[in-house]
Amino acid sequence: MSNVTLKINGQPHTFDAPPDMPLLWALRDKLDLTGTKYSCGIGVCGSCTVLVNGMPMRSCVMPASSMVGMEITTIEGLDPAGEHAVQKAWDEEDVPQCGYCQPAQVLAASALLERNPDPSDEDIDSAMAGILCRCGTYHRIRKAIRRAASGGES
Amino acid sequence: MSGANQNTSMNRRSFLKVSMLASGALLIGCGRLSSTDANQMEKETWVANLYVRIDTDGQVTIVSKNPEAGQGVKTAFPMVVAECLGVDWKSVSVEQAPLDDRYGRQVIGGSWGTPDGWDDLRIAGTAARQLLINAAAQEWNVSPDECSTDNGTVVHSASGRSAPFESLLAQAAELRVPDIDELNLKSRPEDFSLLGTFVPGIDNNEVLTGQPLFGCDVRLEGMLYAVFEKCPTFNGKVDTANVEEIRKLSGVTHAFVIEGTDDPRGLQAGVAIVAGSWWEANSARKRLRVNWITDHADSTADFDRQAKALLEEPGEELRSDGDVDAALASASDIVEATYYYPFVAHANMEPQNCTAHYHESGRLEFWAPTQNPKSGRQLVAKTLGLSEKKIHVNLTRIGGGFGRRLRNDFMVEAAWIAREIRRPVQLQWTREDDIRHDFYRPAGWHRFKAGIDSDGRMTAFDHHFITFGRNGELISGADLSPGHYPAGLVPNFRLRQSLVETNVPTGPWRSPGHSAFCWSYQSFFDEVALVANRDPLEFRLDLLSRSFGETQMDLQRASNTLKLAAEKAGWGKRELDANRSLGIAFHYDHRGYVSHVAEVVADGSSVKVEKVYSAVDVGPILNLSGARNQVEGCVVDALSTAQLEITFANGAAQQGNFNDYELLRIGQAPEIECHFIQSDNSPTGLGEPPIAAATPAITNAVFGATGTRIRELPFSRSGILI
Repeated sequence: MSNVTLKINGQPHTFDAPPDMPLLWALRDKLDLTGTKYSCGIGVCGSCTVLVNGMPMRSCVMPASSMVGMEITTIEGLDPAGEHAVQKAWDEEDVPQCGYCQPAQVLAASALLERNPDPSDEDIDSAMAGILCRCGTYHRIRKAIRRAASGGES
Repeated sequence: MSGANQNTSMNRRSFLKVSMLASGALLIGCGRLSSTDANQMEKETWVANLYVRIDTDGQVTIVSKNPEAGQGVKTAFPMVVAECLGVDWKSVSVEQAPLDDRYGRQVIGGSWGTPDGWDDLRIAGTAARQLLINAAAQEWNVSPDECSTDNGTVVHSASGRSAPFESLLAQAAELRVPDIDELNLKSRPEDFSLLGTFVPGIDNNEVLTGQPLFGCDVRLEGMLYAVFEKCPTFNGKVDTANVEEIRKLSGVTHAFVIEGTDDPRGLQAGVAIVAGSWWEANSARKRLRVNWITDHADSTADFDRQAKALLEEPGEELRSDGDVDAALASASDIVEATYYYPFVAHANMEPQNCTAHYHESGRLEFWAPTQNPKSGRQLVAKTLGLSEKKIHVNLTRIGGGFGRRLRNDFMVEAAWIAREIRRPVQLQWTREDDIRHDFYRPAGWHRFKAGIDSDGRMTAFDHHFITFGRNGELISGADLSPGHYPAGLVPNFRLRQSLVETNVPTGPWRSPGHSAFCWSYQSFFDEVALVANRDPLEFRLDLLSRSFGETQMDLQRASNTLKLAAEKAGWGKRELDANRSLGIAFHYDHRGYVSHVAEVVADGSSVKVEKVYSAVDVGPILNLSGARNQVEGCVVDALSTAQLEITFANGAAQQGNFNDYELLRIGQAPEIECHFIQSDNSPTGLGEPPIAAATPAITNAVFGATGTRIRELPFSRSGILI
């Protein structure tokens, strides 16, 4: 066990964790930030996506102890009221079905629009390729990103 | 549900109960009489289907017996009540009921949500509105017919008087409950103002801000985390395990062997490891050494060998109409083909999990993402030797159902661990546990032989279905109805069946059976149409135009979906490049009629499904967004699953995670254009009907674009890449 302090959603969080504990499990089991989801554990499905210094990263394969000093944003910190342009577009297009992968989808989309405010369909498919949705909401993810990119117009 | 005043009213099916709660709220219960306890010869008892509560602050709450798993009921149901009660739908919320014996069926499955709720939601909402109008009319000494409602208020326009609903609750509870036959229930799209519109999900904000909604998000004071290692081969037992060594590892609080039972749907043998965090429990698992006792050695290669041999046997005849042999002998043309689809897994994004707490009092409490809590409680009671009265099941949002969570193996595992350790515990399966210990959709082989007459009509349909059994009995999800289309539409029809023996656990998988075998039928129909030199749409419409016996569906509704999907796709009207093609297919299941046209473009053996045009008849649409979501999701699910297979070797599944069981990604997902025929029928469910016909629409288009007829799934077996 070692003592780790991470900056998550703008606040310092200190906890004890084994040195190899991935950020995902530190968030879920040490800090009760359960919005970040476990699904594959090997970095292929993207359900555990968080933003690290603004970039989407897979928290299930990154040891928490290696994240010291970085700005970590989880879904709980994007906009707690759900007023972020991507969250609003996701609601207006009614993207979620079961909703399990959607925190990851929203974070990845927000990172895409941050660096590319007017993405093409190819840009969208490429940026979102890492996150699986078993309910098949892909069609609406594209529409919601286009809506957010155009300032809320569908 | 104690109330000072309780009235009942009945029609043929539904019973209303209206009562006033101690809080002053008006409670309207809608349910049925049920003789659930036939053995005790008790009188029929009233079981609730749902409750609607109007609180003294005007808030309307539906107490919902079934949880949300992505099927959209949690939004569609409040819309129905709001429409009938006359309130803004945003003032209607849904409260998730736990498992409760006051309710009848508490199951998510069979696309039953909408048909099960439709009447009772409307009756409860409409009766409540009428009671409130009657209460106001009595107070004002006017006729109820002169009153109307406006957004939570009763209005008497002639006198300019109005009263908010919440001011009328006490009076309403004292009045005679209207007979259900007296109620004017809205039923058609032209009656609706809210229903049929696009309404985003009621929980979207909580989903999109990462609130704890799911089973795996439950956090309890003092809770520990568990993993459970089962035998890689099905139904294996533990011989020895190094649990003493495991107990010494960092963070581990408990490690013990669970002997398990012989019930393949129940508690399997294995080793539980419990720790202060899931990561520590799962890390310790990597040091676990178990010697297993197992005698099962099922393999895909052996299934295949058995099936090929059985195809040459006569099989058991399940149905025979006319004289198939004579019709084949006199046919102008014969078409013959064999189709194969593999086992597939459910792969819910939320891997199976369950939280349980065995209290000191002997009460066992669950927080369970289950589609069938009642059967879970029965399984737990039986396995642990507990009274069902001691078991309380809280229901959570479900990160994907698809039929997997109709089985409750994760509940009984969590229960056993919780009783052993006497602490709240969350059992979380790994993805590998989830894929290797699923209740798979069974594989199947279909050999079809069709005879065509000189007019190009199918006069004989001979079908040998090779499916799976255990000890000679069909296993779950492996059955095919002898009445299934095209039975009754072909004068000479025969269905024969043979069973391959297996120990592989199987179960319902979204639109069980249909989602697999429809692909074989609808692909074969295209092969027949080709030999008959007929257009696939025209061939299908002609097939639906004549019947030779009873059919399971309404042929007109079926034809209408085919025509609409074709029209929207420009079937027969567009000039298409040689590498671009449309494919069509139809299916009827779970009371729903669905046709799809897929548009595919090929680059050699690599194909892209660009667009799918869907035409659906499930009666009037409740929530346009939720309805489209189910169609879109089913199309993606069909395309995704057509590229997947679970294979077995030495009695174990060979795939384990999304690296070898690769679900579809966004770049491969088609655009989907969805059209609804709001026919004059009661609304029915959409979670399942749209999936079956999507696969053959795609493979029929692949044939047109590439010349490759896909007769084996996944696509890779035919050299086709998506």
